Amino acid sequence: MPAPIVSLQSLTSTTSFDQLLATAQSGGCASSSCGLSGKQDDMDPAIWEKVKDHPCFSEEAHHYFARMHVAVAPACNIQCNYCNRKYDCANESRPGVVSEKLTPDQALRKVITVANEVPQLSVLGIAGPGDACYDWKKTKATFEQVAREIPDIKLCISTNGLALPDHVAELAEMNVDHVTITINMVDPEVGAKIYPWIFYDQRRYAGIEAARILHERQMLGLEMLTARGILTKINSVMIPGVNDEHLIEVNEWVKERGAFLHNVMPLISDPAHGTHYGLTGQRGPNAMELKALQDRLEGGAKLMRHCRQCRADAVGLLGEDGGQEFTLDRIPGEVTYDATKREAYREVVARERHDHVAARREAIGMLKAASSGKSLLVAVATKGGGRVNDHFGHAKEFQVYEASPRGISFVGHRKIEQYCLGGWGEKATLEGIIVALEGINIVLCAKIGDCPKDQLAEAGIRAIDAYGHDYIETAISALYAAEFGVQPLAATA
Amino acid sequence: MAFKIIASQCTQCGACEFECPSGAIKFKGESYVIERDKCTECEGAFDTQQCASVCPVPKTCVPA
Repeated sequence: MPAPIVSLQSLTSTTSFDQLLATAQSGGCASSSCGLSGKQDDMDPAIWEKVKDHPCFSEEAHHYFARMHVAVAPACNIQCNYCNRKYDCANESRPGVVSEKLTPDQALRKVITVANEVPQLSVLGIAGPGDACYDWKKTKATFEQVAREIPDIKLCISTNGLALPDHVAELAEMNVDHVTITINMVDPEVGAKIYPWIFYDQRRYAGIEAARILHERQMLGLEMLTARGILTKINSVMIPGVNDEHLIEVNEWVKERGAFLHNVMPLISDPAHGTHYGLTGQRGPNAMELKALQDRLEGGAKLMRHCRQCRADAVGLLGEDGGQEFTLDRIPGEVTYDATKREAYREVVARERHDHVAARREAIGMLKAASSGKSLLVAVATKGGGRVNDHFGHAKEFQVYEASPRGISFVGHRKIEQYCLGGWGEKATLEGIIVALEGINIVLCAKIGDCPKDQLAEAGIRAIDAYGHDYIETAISALYAAEFGVQPLAATA
Repeated sequence: MAFKIIASQCTQCGACEFECPSGAIKFKGESYVIERDKCTECEGAFDTQQCASVCPVPKTCVPA
């Protein structure tokens, strides 16, 4: 059986449980944070209760909790120009891609196996590989079976919205309180460039008519979910020249209709994928173009910036994909759910978070007080837990934080090829990493060798491993203080 | 008169199976198969053939 994706020890490597508890009890936490558990200051407590363990709905939660998708819904009722339904590759990571389709019974066995092995698991999602609301019988059967065995797992679906209004009542009955709708347009003229056809009301529609129906159903579905208090995240694929400017309008529409989060994702486009966009040379945005659009959308519907565009069979913390460790041939024929690991992990996280929220508040307070007017983009190597705890050479992605007088915020991630494979690094890999780090000022990691450090320095990126295992925000505030000559914080983590 | 599915192009998504008004489509071995005898080409039920209208791969669900 595979090892847990993040061990409990690695999460709390600098602080023992007893120390954490002692800190909490001795009033070591800032008084304003007592009674909270990592909540963002501006969030309604009832909503925080819903999102605090959901890695896709809370940036804060994604440092601690894992999701899994089960690929039980292969049938789809629309065609998107960025999707080729024949494509399937175990090495590709993007929505709609899956290696092994599952029946509801197989999915149940997989979920139990993962729940027994991965203590971070908090969410079961159905994201296709087709459409979860269209392939409804299988989605529903899977949720019902899993909810019987693991009552505390959060159920979540992702849909294009066309069939959504037909199932909102059932979703509410099954306690599905997180739904994601992919909305790429609110203007059918734009939609016609993204969707060649839809299948609706027992026939195929094309062009503007298809896009208009889809748009109306998406808005209706969103309004129905909002009316029932189901949290809705809107995913939008940013397609340069097609809907990039238009997404500002999309953001306004979905905000008005009660969307909880808006997630703007970059188009993934490659001729090898055989998609319409791939074959016609439609490009995706680069990291800085995506960030520029996201920055323009700040102030509208709240943005999700920590999406990793995972596969329809992903398993693990966001950014990690343990799906290959849990293929059907590795899952026993009979499995029984054992709650002990998940329960133990939750207790640790509850304590750890309390400490983290106090550290983060202090760090952010320092930046705001410093009022230096400067900003820094920092790329962090982390294995989870909100700490700088991964080696440069082991990282498969960096989490990007912006430090400015407004505070410290997560602004995105950069996927990279792992630098160290079998003990040595490859020059070409490092060059790729330097390209991926465009615009980044500083890399924070637990450890880095002299050779990659020097080469990064030549490219104008400083790599620093002096803050290994500190909380990310604490490390960044110390960096910021050193950089701009303001009074640093005492070490907290 | 009937439709057929070109097995080598079928993605096995199964949409045709649950859209078929005649219960003529079943998963057999590696792909979905339309039973000739049961297929009505949706005559009397719908204006267009449901399987061909929902199939995501062009020229895969076609007249036999």
